Amino acid sequence: MTWTSIFIAGILTYFTRMSMVTLIRKEMISDNLRKILNYVPSVVFPSIIFPGVLLDDFGAFVTISDPKIFGALTALVIGFFTRNVILTIVSGLSSYWIVIFVF
Amino acid sequence: MRSKYEIFKIGIKDVAPHLLSVFPFGIIFGAIGIELGFSPLFTYATSLIIFGGASQIVFLQLLSGGASSLIAITSVGVINSRHFLYGAVLSEYLQKLSLIKKLLISYFIVDQGFAVSNQYFKKNPTEEFNHYHLIGSGIILWFIWQVSTIMGIYLGSIVPEELGLKFAIPLTFIAIIVNELRKFDHVLVMLVSGLAATFFYNAPFKTYIIISPLIGLFAAMVINKLKK
Repeated sequence: MTWTSIFIAGILTYFTRMSMVTLIRKEMISDNLRKILNYVPSVVFPSIIFPGVLLDDFGAFVTISDPKIFGALTALVIGFFTRNVILTIVSGLSSYWIVIFVF
Repeated sequence: MRSKYEIFKIGIKDVAPHLLSVFPFGIIFGAIGIELGFSPLFTYATSLIIFGGASQIVFLQLLSGGASSLIAITSVGVINSRHFLYGAVLSEYLQKLSLIKKLLISYFIVDQGFAVSNQYFKKNPTEEFNHYHLIGSGIILWFIWQVSTIMGIYLGSIVPEELGLKFAIPLTFIAIIVNELRKFDHVLVMLVSGLAATFFYNAPFKTYIIISPLIGLFAAMVINKLKK
């Protein structure tokens, strides 16, 4: 039963990946739609980032002094000015750890 | 014109920094599967067959918590429905490929790979072999995810929980979008979708993951109308 469910979940996930790639043709995308599709990264990733930073494992708001908020803000600032992915992740994690382990 | 192999290597290089967070996340996932009482084979099978980090954790958590298979499968489908949006964006660049190639490449479409390859495609729209970028980024992400899952399964919690390495996932996504903060309309759209996700977080079946991007896209439409 559970093995079947892995396969169904896998097929379903694969369908989410292949359907648009195989079905959509260039002619179907108007200039307006293309403009809107430009925003896809800007709408999907914040939808994962915001709850990941602002909420705890149980879906309740963290406090303003939570290490995750400090880490995320540091990553934002460092990332904005350096445009470097490694520095963004490392600065976010290390400032998060500093709050947890030093203070 | 770059060769296939060159573009493949650029794909690997562009996504490499994100492995910093994918790798520990895979170890954490493998360890969680065993902790929840699943066999090594069953835990690993989700990485091979579903291949979608967050959805795999939810899948195993729901099953171990006694939820029905239907609920677990539905949640996986909802969490991974964001790939519809990725596919729509990528379709334009993959259009010229044969159906069989499209079907093979589709298996490797994941968040970080989509993000870096989409950036490459936008900069190099006319490269003949630019889909090799997506193959490069996708295969290395796939490989690291498989290896790290297996490490987590057998080595268990070698990543101490106090380190809170789950937090690396929001950070890797911050690194992906931080450049878009230079555009005011993108900042607005990010705030709308991010706040919507926080607000709808407790909606059933993790639907916030697709509701909020759609609300964000709607906001983008409105902003574009107003700009005219």
